[in-house]
Amino acid sequence: MSNSLFERLGGQDAVNAAVELFYRKVLADDRINRFFQGVDMDRQAAKQKAFLTMAFGGPNNYSGEDMRKGHAHLVEQGLDDSHFDAVVENLGSTLTELGIPDDLISEVVAICETTRDDVLCR
Amino acid sequence: MTKIHFENQSYLLEPGESVLDCLIRQGVAVEYGCKSGGCQSCKMKVVAGTPTEQSQTGLDDSAREKNYFLPCICVPEQDMKVARPDAVSRDKLETEVLALDMLNHEVLRLRLQRPDNYDYFPGQFLNLYNPEGVGRAYSIASQAEESFLELHIRHVPNGKVSGWANTRLETGDRVIISSAAGDCFYVSGKPEQPLLMIGTGTGLAPLFGILRDALRQNHNGEIHLYHGSSVIEGLYMVDEMRAMADRVENFHYYPCVGQDSVPKGIFSVRENQKALADWSDLSGWRVYLCGHEEMVISTKEKTFLAGASLSDIYSDPFVSAA
Repeated sequence: MSNSLFERLGGQDAVNAAVELFYRKVLADDRINRFFQGVDMDRQAAKQKAFLTMAFGGPNNYSGEDMRKGHAHLVEQGLDDSHFDAVVENLGSTLTELGIPDDLISEVVAICETTRDDVLCR
Repeated sequence: MTKIHFENQSYLLEPGESVLDCLIRQGVAVEYGCKSGGCQSCKMKVVAGTPTEQSQTGLDDSAREKNYFLPCICVPEQDMKVARPDAVSRDKLETEVLALDMLNHEVLRLRLQRPDNYDYFPGQFLNLYNPEGVGRAYSIASQAEESFLELHIRHVPNGKVSGWANTRLETGDRVIISSAAGDCFYVSGKPEQPLLMIGTGTGLAPLFGILRDALRQNHNGEIHLYHGSSVIEGLYMVDEMRAMADRVENFHYYPCVGQDSVPKGIFSVRENQKALADWSDLSGWRVYLCGHEEMVISTKEKTFLAGASLSDIYSDPFVSAA
């Protein structure tokens, strides 16, 4: 298996297929949707696209510093591990719905985990 | 060698280099994110030349129609002139007032001579300037083939432009307008797609423009237009819209008012509530939302959650100013 995770998932097309499903789940999830209130939806969808590209192992410019800056105001509002877990759970169920095999989903979740401390500003 | 023209400078592309990489290499301050066609944060507009097909993948239809492209995945073979996406033209044009009519007690229908070569899509907006040079944005309700530009102007209390337009303007006066801008308009290509239009107040102006543009381009999917106001006096063009719904088989019109007792034929419910109750599954639909800012923003989320794709939701929130 020499192909990258990003290629095995289906590349940018897979990201495009996932982004709206994922965003809908997040907005409908009462555990976390308050963090998305009053946010411009198009801009948020673009950010989620960039996030999914990163989580899928695709080309990205994310740095730990970006993650911290982007989430600091949410941490002040109480963002914690339980919310991070909820987002990852929504991402997992999105990928399951798209027919992505479990072993690939595990790889995606592992990439998400590498951002946890930065997202939560620890 | 291929050249990129950007903000009065020319830049030479290295072989195989993307437009974005070229600009970054030359130290131009541009926004970007993923550099791989995903996040769209580097989106720009082609002013002259043609964007490569690949550089428009993932953009929504209205962006494509307006020649937007993604410079990070654009390796052009011909010279291009490009601009930042929000570089809305500030040019001002003088034109003449052709007609003024009241559509209800507070909404003025202003018809202006369409300046020569004035390009627009019905549903876009233009700025109208009062004699002091204060501008306000109004949506365009007229059609591409009409010789006039039609605006619906609600008389806002102490409105600097609407007050002047409603009380001082006369037929034959000369006024200043800007060129047209905005993303909320009809895009051809999916004539069978069901359309949901929801508007409050003068949100009917862009919807009326978009509706007739859709019909002119032979849109054959069902079109449902919900027009609402908090009070019955706020509705307008009710008879005209009803007549159109009688005449056009795939067009349906729902006048809505947030009051308990309403005349026959008017729905006693807010327009967005009725629309969302009537259509719980909007997957595959195209949605147009125009008018009151909070209505537009909250309905955008609700229609998205009901299944409409974000790239199929066109919205124009009106920000009210005196």
